[in-house]
Amino acid sequence: MVDLSTSYLGLDLKNPLVASASPLSQKVETVRKLEEAGISAVVMYSLFEEQIIYDSLRLDRDLSQGTESFAEALTFFPDLAAQGDLNQYSIGPDDYVENLHNLKQAVDIPIIGSLNGMTNGGWIEYAQKIETAGADALELNIYNLSTNPEVSCLEIEKEYLDLVRAIRDSINIPIAVKLSPFFTNLPNFARNLVEAGANGLVLFNRFYQPDLDLEELEVVPRLVLSSSQELRLPLRWIAILYGRIAADLALTTGIHTTEDVLKATMAGASASMTASSILKYGIEHVVEILEGLEFWMEEHEYESINQMKGSMSQQAVAEPAAFERANYIKVLSSFDLRFAP
Amino acid sequence: MKRPTITVDGTEAVAMVAHKINEVIAIYPITPSSGMGEFADAWSAVGRTNIWGTVPLVVEMQSEGGAAGAVHGALQTGALTTTFTASQGLLLMIPNMYKIAGELTSTVFHVSARSLAAQALSIFGDHSDVTATRSTGFALLSSGSVQEAHDFALIAQAATLESRVPFLHFFEGFRVSHEVNKIEQLLDEDMRAMIDDDLVQAHRARGMSPDNPVLRGTAQNPDVYFQARETVNPYYAACPEIVQRNMDKFAKLTGRQYHNIDYYGAPDAERVIVMMGCGAVTAAETAKYLNQEGEKLGIIAVRLYRPFPVADFLKSLPPSVETIAVLDRTKEPGSTGEPLFLDVSAAVQEGMEKGTAPFTKKPRIIGGRYGLSSKEFTPAMVKGVFEEMQEGSPKNSFVVGIRDDVTNNSIDYDPGFSIEDPDTVRAVFFGLGADGTVGANKNSIKIIGEETDNHAQGFFVYDSKKSGAITISHLRFGPQPIQAPYLIDNANFVACHQFTFLERYDVLKYAAPGAVFLLNSFVGPDEVWDKLPRQVQEAILEKKLRFYVIDGYQVAEEAGMGRRINTIMQTCFFAISGVLPRDQAITAIKDAIRKTYGKRGEAVVKRNFDAVDKTLANLFEVEVPQAATSELTMRAPVSIAAPEFVQEVLGEIIAGRGDDLPVSAFPVDGTYPTGTSQWEKRNIALEIPQWEEDICIQCGKCVFVCPHAVIREKVYDPALLADAPPSFQFADARWKEFPNMKYTLSVAPEDCTGCALCVEACPAKDKSQVGRKAINMVDQPPIREQEAANWDFFLSLPEVDRSAINIGNVKNSQLLQPLFEFSGACAGCGETPYLKLLTQLFGDRTIVANATGCSSIYGGNLPTTPWAANEEGRGPAWSNSLFEDNAEFGLGMRLTLDKHQEYARELLPKFADHLGEDLVSEILNDDQTSEAGIAAQRSRVEEVKERLSSLDDPQAKDLLSVADDLVNKSVWIVGGDGWAYDIGYGGLDHVLAMGRNVNILVLDTEVYSNTGGQASKATPRAAVAKFAAKGKGLPKKDLGMIAMSYGYVYVAKIAMGASDQQTLRAFLEADAYDGPSLIIAYSHCIAHGYDLIKGLEQQKMAVQSGFWPLFRYNPQLAEEGKNPLIIDSKKPTISFSDYAYNETRYRMLLQSDEQRAEALMNQAENDVTSRWELYQQMAKMNYDGKNGKEE
Repeated sequence: MVDLSTSYLGLDLKNPLVASASPLSQKVETVRKLEEAGISAVVMYSLFEEQIIYDSLRLDRDLSQGTESFAEALTFFPDLAAQGDLNQYSIGPDDYVENLHNLKQAVDIPIIGSLNGMTNGGWIEYAQKIETAGADALELNIYNLSTNPEVSCLEIEKEYLDLVRAIRDSINIPIAVKLSPFFTNLPNFARNLVEAGANGLVLFNRFYQPDLDLEELEVVPRLVLSSSQELRLPLRWIAILYGRIAADLALTTGIHTTEDVLKATMAGASASMTASSILKYGIEHVVEILEGLEFWMEEHEYESINQMKGSMSQQAVAEPAAFERANYIKVLSSFDLRFAP
Repeated sequence: MKRPTITVDGTEAVAMVAHKINEVIAIYPITPSSGMGEFADAWSAVGRTNIWGTVPLVVEMQSEGGAAGAVHGALQTGALTTTFTASQGLLLMIPNMYKIAGELTSTVFHVSARSLAAQALSIFGDHSDVTATRSTGFALLSSGSVQEAHDFALIAQAATLESRVPFLHFFEGFRVSHEVNKIEQLLDEDMRAMIDDDLVQAHRARGMSPDNPVLRGTAQNPDVYFQARETVNPYYAACPEIVQRNMDKFAKLTGRQYHNIDYYGAPDAERVIVMMGCGAVTAAETAKYLNQEGEKLGIIAVRLYRPFPVADFLKSLPPSVETIAVLDRTKEPGSTGEPLFLDVSAAVQEGMEKGTAPFTKKPRIIGGRYGLSSKEFTPAMVKGVFEEMQEGSPKNSFVVGIRDDVTNNSIDYDPGFSIEDPDTVRAVFFGLGADGTVGANKNSIKIIGEETDNHAQGFFVYDSKKSGAITISHLRFGPQPIQAPYLIDNANFVACHQFTFLERYDVLKYAAPGAVFLLNSFVGPDEVWDKLPRQVQEAILEKKLRFYVIDGYQVAEEAGMGRRINTIMQTCFFAISGVLPRDQAITAIKDAIRKTYGKRGEAVVKRNFDAVDKTLANLFEVEVPQAATSELTMRAPVSIAAPEFVQEVLGEIIAGRGDDLPVSAFPVDGTYPTGTSQWEKRNIALEIPQWEEDICIQCGKCVFVCPHAVIREKVYDPALLADAPPSFQFADARWKEFPNMKYTLSVAPEDCTGCALCVEACPAKDKSQVGRKAINMVDQPPIREQEAANWDFFLSLPEVDRSAINIGNVKNSQLLQPLFEFSGACAGCGETPYLKLLTQLFGDRTIVANATGCSSIYGGNLPTTPWAANEEGRGPAWSNSLFEDNAEFGLGMRLTLDKHQEYARELLPKFADHLGEDLVSEILNDDQTSEAGIAAQRSRVEEVKERLSSLDDPQAKDLLSVADDLVNKSVWIVGGDGWAYDIGYGGLDHVLAMGRNVNILVLDTEVYSNTGGQASKATPRAAVAKFAAKGKGLPKKDLGMIAMSYGYVYVAKIAMGASDQQTLRAFLEADAYDGPSLIIAYSHCIAHGYDLIKGLEQQKMAVQSGFWPLFRYNPQLAEEGKNPLIIDSKKPTISFSDYAYNETRYRMLLQSDEQRAEALMNQAENDVTSRWELYQQMAKMNYDGKNGKEE
C-alpha cells in the first residue's frame, strides 16, 4: 500500500486531491458523496462580498420600486421578513456561514472556507464569521483586476499584503491566498505574502474571460471549464516556488487526471485541487483519479506522496533552467538535434 | 394589564384582531381592503396562530362573490369565518349576505368602506357600499378611528356570536384604513375574555354534519315564506342590547367605553348633528371647540347602524334639541333623503308617537351629504352645517364640502376656520413616489409614536399616476391624542422634496405663518432665492417662513442611494423640527432604518446610515432677502392651446385645485373627451432618448415597444422641411414605397418617462463604437425646450396614408399613428405597448371594453386620459363597466354593432332609388378586409349620409342614425389576468363560446397588478405574490389551451420582447378572424421585481425557456384542412430557473425558504416541459381527414 497522505496548511489530508471552490460545495449531500469518493478536503464556494452587497441592494430596489406612490398598490410584494421569524432574506454571509457549519457537522474531512472580499471591513468581518463557523482554514480569493494606469504594481501589492496582515491578526485558523498569475515577480510577492501571514498559496485563480458576440456586438461572459492544458502555468510556478518560500502550495486549474495530480505533486504541490473535472465527469471521477494514483505509484514503486512531493521542483531537477526562459531554447535545440546529420 | 402601544394603520389594526379570532378567512383583493387580506395571508404563511393556538386557513377566491360563497360554506359547517372587502366587492357579496343573515349565522365582515362606481369609479372612502347592504339583515357597526377599528373588530365578533346576527364592521377607506396612528394594542387575553368559548362551540354545533344531518336552504312557497322570514325578529330586537353589553364588557377590560349611540357635546344642546364614521370625530371635536365659545351644540355618533337602536338613539338626544342635521356619506338619487336621515326621521317620529322621545316638541330634521369619495370633511364644514341649522328655513338635502351651483344646495362655510390644537405640530411633505418620502414619513411617525410620549398621526395622499407620482404626507404629533381625520392646511413645517413642484403646485399654501420651509434644492443657500418662482418668494416673505435647503440628490449620490432621498430629508426634518434632541433623533432614525431595511441586508443599512451621517453638514438655513425679485412664475397646468374644457376643468385638476371646481363644471353622465393626456406635460423624465440619424436603420422597433407613445416616426415630403426648426433632425427615408422622401424619428421630451425600453430595443449600433446606438439616453433639461419645439413640428407633419402601405410588417406598422398616448402607466410598462399597437392598427374603428384594473386606471383616471383621436376625429371609443363583467360588456357592444349594421343593411335597399342601385350594391357587397376597402366603404357611407340628410322620411332618419355601422368596427375587450383568469373568467368563457366577432386582449402580468400584486390563477408556480406569500404551489392556468378547446376561437400567445413580428401578426389575424379571438400577451410588470429596463429581455427569456411558448391557433386553417396550431417559438434553450431567478418574485422565495423554492422550481420546470411537449403533439395532429394516412 502506498501512502497517499499529505499535509496542507497544517491539516492532515488522506491524499492530495482537494475539491476546489465551486458549486460542488453548496449542498451537504454532494460534499458527503465527495468524501465517500475519497476527496481529502473541500474548499467551499466563495463568499463574495460584492455579491452580497449587490444582492442586498437589488432586493431593496426590487422591493422598493413603485411602492408608496399609487394609492391602490402601496407595495408589490408580501414582506416575508416583516411577518415572521425570518431575520433576514438569505443574501448575507449568514447563509454561507450556516452552510459551512452544516458541512462541518456532516463530514469528517477538513472544510476550507473561501472568501472574496471587497472592503477591508468586509474581509475581516466575514473571515471571522467563517472561522467561528468552524472552518479548518480560510482561502482568500483575492480577485482584483487592476485596470487603472495611475496605480503602480507596488501599491497594489501593498494593499494585498496589508489585507493579509489584517486578516492574519483577526483570525487564528490557517490562511491560504489564491493568486492570479499576473505579478511581475511572483516569487518575491509570494515571499512577502508568507511574511504577512499566509500559510499557503493556491496557484492560480482562473478568471472568467469575456468574449465578444459578433452578431449582437456585445461583450458576453463565457464560462468554460478548465482542461488539462491549463495545468502547465501553475505547474511551472509551483515548481519554481517550492522550497523557496515557507508555505504550502496548492495547484488549482487543470487537474483532470491522475497524471495531473502526479505532476502537481512532483512540482511541489501539497494539494491538487479540482472542480472542473468533477463537474464534467461526475463525482466518481474522484475515485478514478485516486485509484489511478495508487496504481501508478505502485507500478513505479513510489512509497508515499511525501516522497515524490517537490521531486521535480526547480531546485530538484537536473536542469533548473528548464523552468525558466531557456525552456523555449531547449525545445528548439532538441528539435534541431534530432534532425542533425 | 399593561398593553403595548403600537403605531399602525387601520388595515393592520383590524386584521390583527380578525386573524386572531377566526379559523377560516376567504379573501379577494380590492382597494382599500386588500391590506387586511395581505396581512392575514402573510401571518398564516409564517404560522401565526389565533387565540386557540391554530393557524387560520386563508384562501384567496376568484371574486368577492366567490369569497362570500366560501365564507357561507365555511360558516355552514361551523368554522369561525371572516372576510375583508369594500365597494363593488361588497356588492358582489350581497346575495350571500342575505343567506348568511337569513340563517342567523355568526360572522363579521370587515369593510373599508368605499365609493361605488356610478358616473365613475372611485377607490376612496364613503358609506355608499355599506348603506347598500342595509337591508341584508347584517348588523352594521361603524368605527371612526384606527383605535376604534381595532376595538370594534373584537366587539363585533363577541356580539355576533352572542346575538347570532352577522356583523359588517366598517370604517372609511383610506381615511381610517390607511391612517397611521398610535393605538393601544389588544392582547390575546383581551380577546379570550371577550370571546365566549361556549358560544364558539355553539356556533360549531350549528354547523352541518352528516353525523347529525339537517337540511338548510329550502325553497318555500307563498304559504309559509313570509312567516318564516319573520322568525328572526327577536334576534334583531335583542341585538342592540347585546352589542351594548359587549361594549360595556370591553370598557371594563380596556377602559375604552363605547355606546351603540354616542353623544358628544353640551347636555343642553339646541343643535345636534347625527352621523357615522370618522366624520363624527371631526364633528365632535368641532362642537367641543365651539361649545367652549358659548355655543350649545351636540354630536351623535351612530356606531350601531343596523339594527338601528331606536331607544338608544332617542335616549342620547338632549331634550333641548331644536334642530337635528343628519349627515350621510352616501348618495341615494331620487330618495326623500339618504339612509341615515330616513332612519333618524323615523326614529324621532316613533319617539314622538310613543312618547319615548326626550322632548315634546318635535325637532326640525334636515339631511345632507358630505365626504363622498374621501372628500375632505373639516371643522370648517361642521361649523358651516351648525350655522345653516340656525337659519329660519335651512336647506334640506344639502351638500357640504363642494360647491353645487346646479341645484344650489350647498352650504357655505369659512374655510379659514380651524380648531387645530396649538400644541400639535403639523408637518406636510411633498415627495415623489420614487424618492421614498412616504416610507420615511411612516418611519418618522413610528419614531415619534414610540420614542416619545407624543401621540402621532400620519396620512398620505397618493397620485393616480403610476409613474412620476406625487405624494403628500400629512403628519401630526403632540401631547394629546390626535382626533383629526382631515388633512392639514396650516402646517408648522412644509417640506418640498422636488424643486420642480414649486413651479407646478402651490406648495406653500399649506404653510402657517412663521412655519419652516425645507426644500430639496439643486443649488445652495446663496443661489436658491433667484431660482424660486415669484409666488414662492412672496409666500416666504408674507408668511415670514424660515427657509432651509439641502441638496438631497447630491448627498444621496455620495451615499450610493441613487434617487432615494428619503432618509436624508427625514434627518433634516428631525434636525430642524426639534421634536427630539438631535443625537437621539439620529439614533432613532438609524434604528428605524435597521428595522425597515435590515432584513434586506447590511449593505442597504450601511448606505442609509451613510446618507444620514452626511446630511447635517449639507443642511443650510437660507438668509431670506427683503423682497421678491424673481421673474420666474409658476407654470400654467396646461397649454393655452388646449381646448376650453381641458383648460377650465382638467387643468384645474392637474394644478391640484379640483376640489374648488363646482358641480356645473362636470359632464352629467360621466362622458369625457378623449385625447387629453397630450395637454398634461408632466416632464418626469430625467433622461430621454436622442436620435442618431446616421446610425438608425429605420426599423421601427423603438416605436413599437415604447409604452408611452413618446417616440414616433414619420415619412414625409422633403419640401415640408422648409418650416422645420433649425435643430430638427431627418434622414432619407428607407422605404421602397416612399422614394425621395424624408424620415424623422422624434421624441416627446415632456411626455417621456425615461424608461429607456426604446434604447434596449434598438438593434442598430455604431460600427466604430458599439456602445452608441441609433438612440441613446441624454439629460432632458438642457434639450427640453428645443426638443419640445421639434416635437410640435413633427406632429404638424402629415400622417402616413394607411392605404399606401402593407401594415403586416413591423417597420411599416410603426408609421401608423398611435391613438393611445402618454398614459400614467409605470415607466417601462409591459402592457401599454400592446394597447398602443392595437390603436395603430385599428384605432380609428375600435371600441374598447376595459376591465377594471391597471389598464382602466392609466386608461381612464382623471385628470387626463390617453385614448386619442386622429385628425379626422376618429379614434377608439373607450369604456369601463366593472371588473367582473368586461367580456359581457364588450359582447353587448358587438351585439349593438351587429344589430345596427343588420338594420342598416335592411333599410338601405329601400332607398335604392334615391341613392342609386350601384351605391347600395357596393355597400352591401363590401370588402373591408383591407385598409383600402375600409376607406372605400367609409366614403360610400359618407355619400349615403349626405344624400339621405335632405330626406324627410322617418326611415331615412333611422338609417342615418345607424349608417356609420356599415363600416366594420373592431370590438376589443381588454383587461388583465385578474379579470380574465379569475373574476371575469365565467363571462369570458361564455363570450368565447358565443362565437361573435369580438377580440379579447389579456394583458397578462400574472398578478393583480393594480391592487399591488396579489396572486391570480395566472401566477406561475414558484412565484411569490401577495396572497401566495409562501410561493404559489400550483401551476399557472393555461387559458389559451382552454380557449383552443372550442375549436372556433382564434387564440394567440404573444410576447413582443421575444417576437414583435409574431405579435403584430397575431393582432392582425385576431381582428381579421370573423369570430371570437383571444390574445394572451406577456406583460412584464413592476410586480415581477426587477428593473423594467430589462422587461423585453425577460420576455425573450420567458420564451426561450419554454415557459411562454409563442403560438397562434387559427380555426381558419382547420377549415383548410391544416393544423390550426402554429407554434412560433423554438424548443427551449434555457432552463425555466435561468429566466425566473432574474426576478425577485421567484428569488425572494429562494432567499426565504430555499427548500420550498427548490421543490417548487423543480415542479415548475416540469410544468414547462410537459406543456411544451403537449403543444408539440397538438401541433403535429392531422386535420386533413386522413388520420395521418395517405389515400
